[in-house]
Amino acid sequence: MLDNLTQRFGRVVKNLRGQARLTEANVTDMLREVRMALLEADVALPVIKDFIAKVKEKSIGQEVIGSLTPGQALVGVVQRELTELMGGASVGLNLATQPPAIILMAGLQGAGKTTTTAKLGKWLKERQKKKVLAVSCDVYRPAAIEQLKTVSAQAGIDFFPSTPDQKPADIAAAAIDYAKRHFYDVLFIDTAGRLAIDTAMMNEIRALHAQVKPIETLFIVDAMLGQDAVNTAKIFAETLPLTGIILTKLDGDARGGAALSVRHVTGKPIKFAGVGEKLDGLEEFHPERMASRILGMGDILSLVEDAQRNVDQDKAQAFAKKMKSGKGFDLNDFKEQIGQMKKMGGMAGLLDKLPAQLSQAAQQAGSTVNDKSMNRLEGIINSMTPTERTKPEIIKATRKRRIATGAGVSVQEVNRLLNQFEQTQKMMKQFSKGGMQKMMRGMKGMLPGMR
Amino acid sequence: MFSFLKKKDRPSALSMPDAADTATSAHDATSAATPAATSWRDRLKAGLSRTRAALTTPLGELFSRNRIDEALLEDLETTLLTADCGIDATQWLLDELKSAVKKNTLESPSQLRQVLADRLTTLLAPLEQPLDVTAHKPFVIMIAGVNGAGKTTSIGKLAKYFQSQGKSVLLAAGDTFRAAAREQLKIWGERNGIAVIAQESGDPAAVVFDAISAARARNIDIVLADTAGRLPTQLHLMEEIAKVRRVIQKIDVTGPHEVLLVLDANIGQNAVQQVKAFDQSIHVTGLVLTKLDGTAKGGVLAAIARQCPKPVRFIGVGEGIDDLQPFRVDEFVEALLAGPENAAA
Repeated sequence: MLDNLTQRFGRVVKNLRGQARLTEANVTDMLREVRMALLEADVALPVIKDFIAKVKEKSIGQEVIGSLTPGQALVGVVQRELTELMGGASVGLNLATQPPAIILMAGLQGAGKTTTTAKLGKWLKERQKKKVLAVSCDVYRPAAIEQLKTVSAQAGIDFFPSTPDQKPADIAAAAIDYAKRHFYDVLFIDTAGRLAIDTAMMNEIRALHAQVKPIETLFIVDAMLGQDAVNTAKIFAETLPLTGIILTKLDGDARGGAALSVRHVTGKPIKFAGVGEKLDGLEEFHPERMASRILGMGDILSLVEDAQRNVDQDKAQAFAKKMKSGKGFDLNDFKEQIGQMKKMGGMAGLLDKLPAQLSQAAQQAGSTVNDKSMNRLEGIINSMTPTERTKPEIIKATRKRRIATGAGVSVQEVNRLLNQFEQTQKMMKQFSKGGMQKMMRGMKGMLPGMR
Repeated sequence: MFSFLKKKDRPSALSMPDAADTATSAHDATSAATPAATSWRDRLKAGLSRTRAALTTPLGELFSRNRIDEALLEDLETTLLTADCGIDATQWLLDELKSAVKKNTLESPSQLRQVLADRLTTLLAPLEQPLDVTAHKPFVIMIAGVNGAGKTTSIGKLAKYFQSQGKSVLLAAGDTFRAAAREQLKIWGERNGIAVIAQESGDPAAVVFDAISAARARNIDIVLADTAGRLPTQLHLMEEIAKVRRVIQKIDVTGPHEVLLVLDANIGQNAVQQVKAFDQSIHVTGLVLTKLDGTAKGGVLAAIARQCPKPVRFIGVGEGIDDLQPFRVDEFVEALLAGPENAAA
């Protein structure tokens, strides 16, 4: 999701790293890159202009605090602004009215209104134990009503039948009446897809809205939308008093700039995100997570949480001590490292949570480092005697042959492991020379989100 | 060159000779949303005029300025970017324009506009390759695209188009996933009086296989095979559609004779990704650009032309059953750039 944008920002930050401070010149350079990245991501131009102006204003003259690099400081500003642009904290559905709470679904053709209706209905039924009814006012597209009927059944919500020769207004009135008499908590009114410039259709939905007075009017938006999202959203927002936005098809590889545009233009919160074909593919939308993700910060928070949960604090401290001294890092520690990595969800899980540029680098550097080869390394170490593990230098040809047979691998692989270990050991010694602080500073350079 | 709006007397370029006649009868059944339409030419104009209005109001203003300067070029860049042309294509066009300005010492912005039209045409020209459906019988056309691009609707319109050319058509309901997709296609079939091959459930490849066998038995000219919408990131679904293609090849080694990717004109730069991804798994041979009647400008074609050129076979400019037409570069470019004040520049 949105990985491309993440990569772009990753590159931007890399460009800025190593420069001494935030000046007008380097900020402008970077902001040009940001503009390009956002454009490539289909964020609408007017939105970008606003955004860039805001960031520029706030970043120039910004003190670079403490050990932050200028790039990090700027990314901080960009992230804050991005989060703000996407709407601060997440907002749920408002159903606080005399039942039935009516939810009107509106959007372009093919945005995913019907599927989202079923997803949201299922969500309300299962999470909030609501009694849900769905009705389709799409009398235009062939088999649209049939589609809602089928997905409603799949979602386990009730469906109010309608036919293409009825008027949308009549359908809605009948459905509301039925919902009232049968004590439904929520009534979804699905509508036909319409172009924002189709005046007749826009008037129809305006009239429908006035008639049913929904408590929630949701605008369904395809995350893949291009520059035009801004125009469409504007007209929809002018026609209907929207209360929220649902972003669909976010599991695709679209960069999702439409999310920013639509949010900016309508000023309404993005309430949910559709991810996947299945009817449970609906998530609550978290702007702050999205912003972090876009900025290439990965899901560092949850990585840190994972690490704290899974890594034994004492062992980690002992290990840190060893690292600091640069001595005594042996194969036992090497194995320990591998074990801890596995606890945190293996290599793949780890890479997933790292910021884009880091995980890319890791993938390029160690295409061989996958979980399978990690298991193998562990196996080889397991085939060594305790003496061998503490003093790897005594491992010569015959011992290698024995270890290889024991682990069921070739001698070359044992050699490879020993080489790898030696490299790691060297690295540890290097770190120890500069001490822990230097190492942490180095890490900070790699992780823009770390303060 | 810019007389597109005045070319009323030109012979019908889009070769739908008696579409206007057949249209009226078919339209009664279909035009729930479209007001009584006249000829397809008017509808094309109407459809693209919104595109034009959105793009050329600023362009008309731009080209009526007094001189070519940085500000003009920057505004031009903005306009192209807002039309979804993408950074790469926009940069290319601007570079071309700048070098033309230097080389030919262009003076007036209206000359610049001529150059822009020229370059756009050069860029898009390779995409204009009309579909020839006479090479095989049955001519198997496979339709693919992301969810909600307009595949099934396009098939309905394509079926009508081919029928109007005197071809017999068969539809294969290969979307076995989405609720009521089969019913939707059946309704399109009923409207056009076309047989639809569908199965209760199961494998899309099997449905398509059946349809081709049926087409052979009934001596049908064209088979249109629908498939379920899928996002390129869903690898198992991309695998599934690759299988549909393989199965078509099994029954007819020359097939599928055309693999059409349906793109929504509202989609931004992701369209390029879509073309690449679908091309990789099913070898796309042509594109259909739908929903051009909105305010979206279809500039993404320029991005596609730069990064992964594929012939654009049809463009959809309206909701009516006749609103799908073959793509013509000169008309597209003219419609994009023609400002009302200098349509005949």
